[in-house]
Amino acid sequence: MEIVLLFLPELILIALTLFCFFASLGRPSAGLIQGAVIVFTAAAAISAAATFGQEGFLFFEAYKIDTLSQLFKVIICLGLLLVAWSGPGLKGIESNLRPEYYMFLAISTFGLVLMSSSVELLTIFLALEIASYAMVVAIPFRNEAATRTQFEAAIKYILFGAAASGLTLFGMSYIFGLTGTTYLVEIAPLLPELVATQPLAIPAMVLLLCGFFYKLALFPLHFWTPDVYEGAANETTGFLATLPKVGAVILLLRLVTLAGVDVTALTWALGILAVVSMTVGNLAALVQGDLKRLLAYSSVAHAGYLMLGIMAGNPLGMAGAIYYALGYLLMNLACFYVIYHLSPSGGNLSLDDLQGLYRRSPLLAMTLAVGAFSLAGIPPTIGFTGKFLIFTSAYQAGFAGLVILALINAAISIFFYLKVVRAAYLTSDDGGAAIRLGIGTRSLGVVFIASIVLVGVLPQGFMALARQAVAVLP
Amino acid sequence: MEQYLIFNDLSYPILSMIMLIPTAGAILALFLKSETALKWWGLAVTLATMAASLPLYTHFDSTTARYQFVELRSWFPDLGLDYVVGVDGISVLLVLLTTFVMPLCVLCSWSYIKERMREFIFVLLFIEAAMIGVFISLNTLLFFLFWEAMLIPMYLLIAVWGGPRKDYASIKYFIYTFAGSIFFLAAIIALYVQAGTFFLPALMDHPYAFGFQVWIFLGCTIAFAVKVPMFPLHTWLPAAHVEAPTAGSVILASVMLKMGGYGFLRFCLPIAPAAAIEAVPWLLALSLVSIIVGGYLALGQSDIKKLIAYSSVGHMGFVTLGIFLLNSHGIKGAILQMINHGITTGALFILIGIIYERTHSREIGVNSALGTFMPLYVLFLGIFSLSSFGFPGTNSFVSEFLVLIAAFEKYPLVGALAIPGAILAAAYMLRLLQKMVWDKSDGHAHHGHDDEHGHHGETGHRHLFDLNFREGGTLVFLAVFVFWIGFYPAPLLDMMDVSVTHLIGQIEAGTILEGTSHPIQALSATPEAAVIIDAQPAPQF
Repeated sequence: MEIVLLFLPELILIALTLFCFFASLGRPSAGLIQGAVIVFTAAAAISAAATFGQEGFLFFEAYKIDTLSQLFKVIICLGLLLVAWSGPGLKGIESNLRPEYYMFLAISTFGLVLMSSSVELLTIFLALEIASYAMVVAIPFRNEAATRTQFEAAIKYILFGAAASGLTLFGMSYIFGLTGTTYLVEIAPLLPELVATQPLAIPAMVLLLCGFFYKLALFPLHFWTPDVYEGAANETTGFLATLPKVGAVILLLRLVTLAGVDVTALTWALGILAVVSMTVGNLAALVQGDLKRLLAYSSVAHAGYLMLGIMAGNPLGMAGAIYYALGYLLMNLACFYVIYHLSPSGGNLSLDDLQGLYRRSPLLAMTLAVGAFSLAGIPPTIGFTGKFLIFTSAYQAGFAGLVILALINAAISIFFYLKVVRAAYLTSDDGGAAIRLGIGTRSLGVVFIASIVLVGVLPQGFMALARQAVAVLP
Repeated sequence: MEQYLIFNDLSYPILSMIMLIPTAGAILALFLKSETALKWWGLAVTLATMAASLPLYTHFDSTTARYQFVELRSWFPDLGLDYVVGVDGISVLLVLLTTFVMPLCVLCSWSYIKERMREFIFVLLFIEAAMIGVFISLNTLLFFLFWEAMLIPMYLLIAVWGGPRKDYASIKYFIYTFAGSIFFLAAIIALYVQAGTFFLPALMDHPYAFGFQVWIFLGCTIAFAVKVPMFPLHTWLPAAHVEAPTAGSVILASVMLKMGGYGFLRFCLPIAPAAAIEAVPWLLALSLVSIIVGGYLALGQSDIKKLIAYSSVGHMGFVTLGIFLLNSHGIKGAILQMINHGITTGALFILIGIIYERTHSREIGVNSALGTFMPLYVLFLGIFSLSSFGFPGTNSFVSEFLVLIAAFEKYPLVGALAIPGAILAAAYMLRLLQKMVWDKSDGHAHHGHDDEHGHHGETGHRHLFDLNFREGGTLVFLAVFVFWIGFYPAPLLDMMDVSVTHLIGQIEAGTILEGTSHPIQALSATPEAAVIIDAQPAPQF
């Protein structure tokens, strides 16, 4: 019975998937499904939070419920809740596909939740694929019949995804060959020495991590991001930009810590990827005119910052990475919330479309400004505190050079985030009629602003949870 | 921790109060609708802050170098981060300067700001809270938070209410300042990892290796040199000043530039004393270049605001010059110069705003020959111009004189090189004064259209009305300080005396730890300095 309680978040998500499936057989209103998604995900988040601190195993110990997994389940479920809340009416999705849309999102979320508890290589792979393939179906759901970019996006997503999965499997085979087991618990004691002595262990680990680099959009597996972001509907991109990355963070935490705390060639490989990712992302974002492409490259840069915290390997860095993942989710969803409501019929927005946003809707402009400043890492926001924690931990771990490069990157990135805010606030000709928002939508804007600022100023509560969570790692 | 602090024994938490009043005022301002109500609300809040800050002057204990009125609360124990605020003799005057200048910023915007008054008051009050926060933080991270918190509202102030090239100016301001502060953040992180604390006095007492000090010093210096601004990082300032609305210019000139000087005194000198001593020749040279270049460029400007902006570069050059002479007179002179520059240049920007509202031009040519029409205006223009180039009897004379004494005491050549800067200041200010007051007017036609009575062309000037009560009151308020400090600076100098002595003690102690020979020797005879001294015969006074 107790194990059922521990497994409750997953069961609720399965129930949600089934509900969406049966609902899609009829012609329900989008509001009904949306309400159901919000209720179910809230229930799943609460049930995950309720079991925080407990431990349990399922499926021949391949599936572990611990504080780390429960914390991530709460974040992931809240993420889906916010995605559903910020896209009422699904105006970007073709109307006859709307009932099915949330089913695929729910399946993908289910896959991510599985990812956060998987502690065995094949289970991890299974969860990774569940999360990916549902999205492949959901990406082309878009109501712009004239363009075909959504199909291009889906094809790119599946091709890059399949390649990355192949690399991960290949890496897994090496790890299995070296250690003779697929259980992380059994790999953990063997791997540090292998990494130090066996030349094969490092490529094996890097290949294994490739699937998660792909999810996180870390260089060199970031090429899909701009095109997929651009091609997918705004609400899909909001999901795609945030939740899979949170899922990737937890597995990166679990897998990178396997290799032990010593600084090895693996650490340096990750560090170099992190810095290159930041630089590539920030430099490419400088010249983007499409808002979603800009956010895509910004996410490549943020993958680099996250990686810095993960590779630092000390508790502060890992807890900081979790904190940063939460912050990343909030600030990106804030930006996508604005994009969704600003875009009249679900099309893409360029920077010029932001003109006069301040006059059209002060709340949206404010939300966008807070989100962008937070992405840029300006205090007092969650983005600043997250960067500060990660940079401090990386410096503590002895990576001063990487920290300096990351700081220079942060300075570069300010330019394009500022461009976004400037477009929203300062261009004086009003670019259109006032945007009317419902009470639910307006309150969501306030929730975004308040959470970004408050969690940024008072990080202690969440950091205590995150430290408790990373304590379970070896 | 307690050995550095004297806890606040007033009946209320004064430092938190003077930050909370503007913050709460800013938030409440969002609920007001009428423009008049907003203006009065802004004035009331800033005046309340000013009144609340008065006990800092009256209850200040100038016999101790410890931090006073301290409040300490735990904030983020994971990193050992506390909310800790306090003032000493160096920061207390700057806090008072801030609280005294802000009501004037509201007053000078009374009719200048014509749109988005609600947001304007919000931004103004928010900046005030952040600026006060910078001066009272005793915690590096808290300091950085406030330092960055000023950035966005100041950017908005220029970008929303600025002049025609506001986009360019605001972005330039933002990027310069932000890029500078990134290095400062790196220094804060490095210090935290090295010493394990963010608590500023503890960081000052911690000994660091020389190589580490050099990096810290460089990181901090870039951030502060941008803010001061010091040549060659000064180019954002003229752009920002010219485009900013009057209140923005006043805030920039009066308070924000001071944060650079304050940062040098609070971070660079006590935390990295050995590196600071090594860097003295370089920074003195840059200060001298700032003084001369600022003055020289001011001489050639035809835009009044740009002229004053470049003069700021020169005046702030005196501040950094005084700081890096590393002796008591120099540092005291530098702090006093910061206060004086705040008063005088603030007043000059207010004067420019006043004339701009009437003629819609900042060209000297257009605004010439005002003596006939606006006698009161010209009176104040005269007072503050004289004060700006350090005429005896005005405030700037005292501070520049102190800095020059310090320079001649230590490196006579430096003093000799700074003198032309002072002369240049007189040259450009007198030129400005002469043109605006007496010169033949060639610009009447430019603002003939401004005339509401149907007169055009050459009659334009006749309808320029003189100062009204609000404007006059603002300027009288500042003029009082010009003469008070000019004739009787002793109370202010007494307030900073012990803290400055303590600071110099910290620098000397840091030098001993480094193992350099004798502290006094180390202070006065670094190899480069020796060359300077050799090149110049001993001064004969």
